[in-house]
Amino acid sequence: MKHETIETNAGWLIVLTMIVISIGGLVEIIPLYFINNTVETVKVDGKETIRPYTALELRGRDIYMREGCYLCHSQMIRPFRDEDMRYGHYSLAAESQYDHPFQWGSKRTGPDLARVGGKYSNAWHFQHLMNPRSVVPESIMPNYPWLKEPLDYADIKDRMRALKAVGVPYSETSEEYQANVERFGKDVADQLNILKARENLIAQAGSGNYDGNPEDISEADALIAYLQVLGTMVDFSKFEEGYFAEFR
Amino acid sequence: MSKDNSQKSVQTTGHSWDGDLQEFNNPLPRWWLWAFYATIVFAVVYWFLYPTLPIGRDYTKGIGNEITYTTADGKTVTTHWNTRALFLKEKEEARKQQAQYLEKLAKVPYEAIAKDPELSAFALSRAKVLFADNCAACHQAGGDGVLGEYPNLLDDAWLWGGTYADIEQTIANGRTGMMPAWKGKLSEQEIEDVVEYVLSLSGEQVDAEKAARGKSVFMNNCAACHGQDGKGQKFLGAANLTDQIWTIAKVPLANSLDGKRNAVREVVENGKTRTMPAWKGRLSDTEIKILTFYVHELGGGQ
Repeated sequence: MKHETIETNAGWLIVLTMIVISIGGLVEIIPLYFINNTVETVKVDGKETIRPYTALELRGRDIYMREGCYLCHSQMIRPFRDEDMRYGHYSLAAESQYDHPFQWGSKRTGPDLARVGGKYSNAWHFQHLMNPRSVVPESIMPNYPWLKEPLDYADIKDRMRALKAVGVPYSETSEEYQANVERFGKDVADQLNILKARENLIAQAGSGNYDGNPEDISEADALIAYLQVLGTMVDFSKFEEGYFAEFR
Repeated sequence: MSKDNSQKSVQTTGHSWDGDLQEFNNPLPRWWLWAFYATIVFAVVYWFLYPTLPIGRDYTKGIGNEITYTTADGKTVTTHWNTRALFLKEKEEARKQQAQYLEKLAKVPYEAIAKDPELSAFALSRAKVLFADNCAACHQAGGDGVLGEYPNLLDDAWLWGGTYADIEQTIANGRTGMMPAWKGKLSEQEIEDVVEYVLSLSGEQVDAEKAARGKSVFMNNCAACHGQDGKGQKFLGAANLTDQIWTIAKVPLANSLDGKRNAVREVVENGKTRTMPAWKGRLSDTEIKILTFYVHELGGGQ
């Protein structure tokens, strides 16, 4: 095909340009699916410690996305000394393996949240979501008073099935459940059981009582449950300091 | 379209659109072309020096470009170039630079830090950063807390004890302070009386008759945690009610006796649970020690 033919035909030009550009992307991305070290192995006593979110945490994550939290908060601690000192251990690829889509973000108007779990009390989070300036006077984060509203979890099973379809190991059959017991241990496997999602969600919201109001299950319950689990699934004291560097 | 231009000597590509629209055939500037070739050469060199090309389930690791670092537990590791190893090397260098202070800090007792001006200057400047990153969200940047929610660290009233050992324990393992709700368990009258008694403890001019009745309510219900004398018990985090420092009841914000009564009544009726998270695991032992020293310095450490 002559160069002139391509240049004088918009349709050809678009198609061929897209092919050339996608080659650049594909040669960078496709090998990552095959290289063993792309996602780190994080096992303690033979069990994987990084697990998919529980039903309640999953709804919290949905609210995190609905409210656009990712526009101001990243969830990606880079291996730099200043970030390590402020936020903690750098993020692992394995820690976002069940995130669809991942919440790395690209803008830090607020602080990184990759390891915010356990850093503040539930009461602090609730107070901060309702009125950030009541605890951080210099904050520019908006108030989110509507998170006090009841949580809609009627479709929780479908939400989990949708994630299962893209590879998150939630279980429906007893074989899948057994596989999860092998992989994560029984306690976690119970939480990943789609058939028990509603019971699990209600139980976690009740015992966790994230919003300080034990009577209801609010959106804040779910969001705080999610925030409190972020970055807590890897106990780095169980690994040697250089262990995760070997994967790169 | 202007036909009149000064670069008539340059050849056109020979294309012609709309009858008169032509395209010059200018060669690329020489500097641009060589810079382009240079980037190609750079890329080829890069392929050999850094991890780049995928091969099956592995990848090339780069030749002659290794990083050697020492981990925190003294193991020397040599690995191919990667950003995580680079970070560990930076961490090692920082550790070396601060070692003379950090090692000493880890070893010496708290009292010795206070006596060594250089060491305490290091600890305090490091603590300010740690405090801002980890503690200020609740206890506020200056450490004065939020009345009703997060304790003030500047005064000399300590819920859980103000010695170095107590503060270290609080930071490392966290605390949960629980004042139960008495609404429903005590009658309206009893609550009214006990509020009067509690205010009398810190020297408010209250109704003596009610306060006297409130004393027996206090002894039967509140003294278990707050003590017979109302001075609190630090192993429970129960507040001293005899000083004029209030940590949950918003008495200082009230400007009348009735306002103060309402502030105390709210706490008695509804109770309050407050949680200080545990920092062990998130912060290193030395970091907790530095923060303990700082918090002890802030208020009237005991």
